[in-house]
Amino acid sequence: MNTPLRMADATSSVEIRVRGRVQGVGFRPTVWRIASRLSLDGDVLNDSQGVLIRVRGVASTIAALVEELRASPPPLAEITAIETRPCEGELESGFVIVDSETGAHARTEISPDAAMCSVCATETLDPFVRRFRYPFTNCTHCGPRLSIVGGVPYDRATTTMAPFPLCQACGAEYRDPADRRFHAEATACHVCGPAARLIRFDGRAFSFEQHSMLDDVDAALSLIQKGEIVAIKALGGYQLACDATRPEAVALLRQRKRRDAKPFALMARDLDVVRRYAMVSEAEAMALESREAPIVLLAATGPEDLPDEIAPGVKTLGFMLPSTPLHLLLLRRMGRPVVMTSGNLSDEPQLIDDVEAAAKLSAIAPFALTHNRDIANRIDDSLVRHMGGRLRVLRRARGYAPASIQLPPGFEPAPEILAYGAELKATFCLIKDGRAVLSQHQGDLEDALTYDDYRKNLVLYRGLFDHRPAALAADLHPEYLSAKLARATARSENLPLVEVQHHHAHAAACLAENGRPLNADPALAIVLDGLGYGSDGAIWGGEFLLADYRRFERLGTFKPVAMPGGAQAIREPWRNLHAHVTAEMGWPAFAMNFGELDLFAALTAKPLASVDAMIKASVNSPSASSCGRLFDAVAAALGICFDRQAYEGEAAARLEAMVSAGTLEEEGDALAYPLPIPNLQGSGLPYIEPLGMWNAVFGDLILKTPASVIAARFHKGLAKSIAAMALKLARRDEEDAPARFDTVALSGGCFHNKVLFEQVVSRLEKLDFVVLTHSRVPANDGGVAFGQAAIAAAHLIDAGRVRQKAS
Amino acid sequence: LAHGGGGKAMKDLIDDVFISAFAGAAPEVLEDQARFNLAMLATHGDRLAFTTDSFVVDPLFFPGGDIGKLAVYGTVNDLAVGGAKPLYLSCAVVIEEGMQVEVLRRIALSMAQAAREAGVTIVTGDTKVVQRGACDKIFITTTGIGVIRPGLELGIDHVKPGDAILVNGLLGDHGAAILCARGDMALEASIESDCAPLHELIELLLDAAPGTRCIRDATRGGIATVLNEIADASAVSIEINEAATPLRDEVRGFCEILGLDPLYLANEGKIVIAVPAQESEAALAALLAHPHGQGSAVIGHAGLGEPGRVTMQTLFGGRRIVDMLVGEQLPRIC
Ligand SMILES: [Fe+3]
Ligand SMILES: [Mg+2]
Ligand SMILES: [Zn+2]
Ligand SMILES: [Zn+2]
Repeated sequence: MNTPLRMADATSSVEIRVRGRVQGVGFRPTVWRIASRLSLDGDVLNDSQGVLIRVRGVASTIAALVEELRASPPPLAEITAIETRPCEGELESGFVIVDSETGAHARTEISPDAAMCSVCATETLDPFVRRFRYPFTNCTHCGPRLSIVGGVPYDRATTTMAPFPLCQACGAEYRDPADRRFHAEATACHVCGPAARLIRFDGRAFSFEQHSMLDDVDAALSLIQKGEIVAIKALGGYQLACDATRPEAVALLRQRKRRDAKPFALMARDLDVVRRYAMVSEAEAMALESREAPIVLLAATGPEDLPDEIAPGVKTLGFMLPSTPLHLLLLRRMGRPVVMTSGNLSDEPQLIDDVEAAAKLSAIAPFALTHNRDIANRIDDSLVRHMGGRLRVLRRARGYAPASIQLPPGFEPAPEILAYGAELKATFCLIKDGRAVLSQHQGDLEDALTYDDYRKNLVLYRGLFDHRPAALAADLHPEYLSAKLARATARSENLPLVEVQHHHAHAAACLAENGRPLNADPALAIVLDGLGYGSDGAIWGGEFLLADYRRFERLGTFKPVAMPGGAQAIREPWRNLHAHVTAEMGWPAFAMNFGELDLFAALTAKPLASVDAMIKASVNSPSASSCGRLFDAVAAALGICFDRQAYEGEAAARLEAMVSAGTLEEEGDALAYPLPIPNLQGSGLPYIEPLGMWNAVFGDLILKTPASVIAARFHKGLAKSIAAMALKLARRDEEDAPARFDTVALSGGCFHNKVLFEQVVSRLEKLDFVVLTHSRVPANDGGVAFGQAAIAAAHLIDAGRVRQKAS
Repeated sequence: LAHGGGGKAMKDLIDDVFISAFAGAAPEVLEDQARFNLAMLATHGDRLAFTTDSFVVDPLFFPGGDIGKLAVYGTVNDLAVGGAKPLYLSCAVVIEEGMQVEVLRRIALSMAQAAREAGVTIVTGDTKVVQRGACDKIFITTTGIGVIRPGLELGIDHVKPGDAILVNGLLGDHGAAILCARGDMALEASIESDCAPLHELIELLLDAAPGTRCIRDATRGGIATVLNEIADASAVSIEINEAATPLRDEVRGFCEILGLDPLYLANEGKIVIAVPAQESEAALAALLAHPHGQGSAVIGHAGLGEPGRVTMQTLFGGRRIVDMLVGEQLPRIC
């Protein structure tokens, strides 16, 4: 101990470089506090690469500083690297924070919006501090970020806080390195910051009983409690709120918002309220209370029930807790859950502009709790679900975006890449410095407002991250608006474009999220979704791909079945059912064997002759090897969404909700529906054959087997067949060759189905496969951009290597 | 009909079919070329318009028309939308061996009648018979000459923000009729092609709305494609209103069942018109006064939005992007 200590006792100067999300998160004051406490001399500053610390002191003390930064960085920081090297320059005594020179400091990363921290929450509720009941309280550890940012550098001046100059008290905090609000760009108080106001959308004056209400926020709650629908200008967009326990209010909201059946999100004051209606595990509670504060999909098995209108046909409830002081104050006196749905007409993006909101939402909500801080960027509430022992992000938006994701080993040389994503659940993805920045969920690009938002965000992100792509990536689909925009941009900016097959992108997203190295062996990717454009020009949607980042081989698939009416066959599940019946057993056999079923009568009432003619003449009846469509067809057979589904995935969600847990757990595999794996004629590709399953489903219907049992047997049979396919494709039993793969990656929107997901995972694990699954990146099309980016990066890295060799 | 073998006798037979059908209409038909008196042409205007188009359609005969009628009206309309008075047509026919003379005669007669109704003369032509499989039954190419009245400057790139966008009636009839006839879609509704010559209608329109910016016939790809072409060329946005878009109930039902978007269905007697806003009422009145303008409507406006972008205000209140299709209608939903 003696010798090294004496060596270390000598003072030296060291330069510490910290990389990652370290700006705008209170990093410099944290360094200042630790350095001051340790009596180190030196300074700290922000620059284009992150944070630079220069210190003079005893080596062990300097090591202690680095250790403490690593162990407890500020809550919103994410350190990707800390590098040290000897420091040349002279250092003054004492420790100072060097002001960033304007222009010189490009922000390295913008933080996601973060739920209010516990200290701010306490302040907001404390009648003896100056921010008591201030709805916009925040500090460097919490509050708005991406939602208020308009440009770089991230300073108050580039945010929508710019019109609110700091008051004296706030200014003092802002300038004090010892204060939690040192350089908190969004800090504010009653005196200097934005104010909340309860208004009537029609502009008419009204009064509420001042003496019984604390303020406008509290008065808004009183309206909700009385059964009114109130619009709320929240962090990333307007919301619509009403008392979730009043069926008539919920029904009215549904009707006015023209939202048929899609479940409404809920907000509750605290976990106790949530637990009255839903089961909350420890992990789920942590998610609810996390900084990201997403909507958490919970099993609706609490002691009390909410009206069916909240989430018709599904047995889950999407709850979130207040994540802003505004919501905290609003729900303070509310012992019941509140519907907190996005403020828009169905299919349109959430409104963010006050004038537009007044024009469009006034027909839904007469009152609005609004405020005078602009929302710079629209960000939806995120949605997560606990499945297979982990949290899975289903919709990645507020709280998560634009946090970057580390790319796997081997991707370090990747040039900057911009991937345009899919079409529904549109996101895009930037690659920079070996990390991927996946944008927030933006919605269906065919909606003009969503498309405008997508384009605006592309410009914003490219600016925020100082991004200059060397190549673009897009889906192969000829009609995706995202891909068309990518093609046009590649032409106009003279950039190479990498076109990526949809399911290969899903596969790569799962591999990359799990850190699978660039040069790892191919894995079997099981990608189950609705539809994607295949590399053979056909429509795919249930695919078994042997894939790495560079290429894929299609080893297996689902049975291709016609979709009479194209997209109409998605909206109207009976079409898929009919196509399945005629493609499998044929209509005469179905009529003869199952003519007594109600189902037969229901199908007969449809324009079957026309649909048959379409299929025969190949008029708008593309053939699709889709897993999602199989779910639709089975749901329709059970009378679920037979005529129409109101939102994408409704039939599958309701089918999942119907599954009897008892059957699932207790019934043997023998009763699971048979889905054997023969080979396709022509291509010889192994595929999942549903004929036996259909005979069994219809047979069970004849026997009046409960739909819940049928739903369970279907999920189980499908999972069993998927696992059997994986085993068959692995070729473990071939004598002179090793197995083709030992790792299986699961992706695609069908894996948001908890029953299917958990069944498939446990069966694959029982077969000793390493199973990779999504958690931070959505399994659905919200993750496609991430996969595209990884694939394009792999191509460009290879191309770069070839060029290097050649020169 | 047999390919090659028949020699002169065969050629005479075919020529006989067409020459007798077009008899009287084509004074120069015995020469190798048609000859025009320039001074006579110049009485109609100051510029010549010249266009050609090939017609292939399956089936050859469909409710409301046939390939012959289509070949005449198609070229007549291509001239008319440029503001030209259509005068002369040529006609080249490629016939697959095995075609029945009777069918050929019906087509030729239909062409002749269509030409008479459109007031154009078929002045020259040619026929060839090719091996089975080398073409599908019959392909017809027509070329037309017309004369543009002085002072008229229609152009796809002339549309300005604020201009009104009109159509001259119910959309999608032709596309629906062809699909019904082709696949025997077992639909009760009988939808007829809207195949019609539009030069008279366009003359009336141009008299009433001399400021008209551009006229386009919405054939293949439907009005969606034409609107995108206009928006791209003129660098404007165009927004149309679903509620104002004229559709026959039968076509609506047809599209519902087949899952097709009527905006992309072909028309053979429908044009998209852009006029300055102040002339839109006069234009609409002129269209409605003509039999081929029944159901005309102002369907939208050009605007200052993203250049080239076409959107539709839907019945549900949203605004949907109506893009040009690269291929056929293909589901995008995952
Ligand atoms: Fe997908
Ligand atoms: Mg366009
Ligand atoms: Zn805070
Ligand atoms: Zn203040």
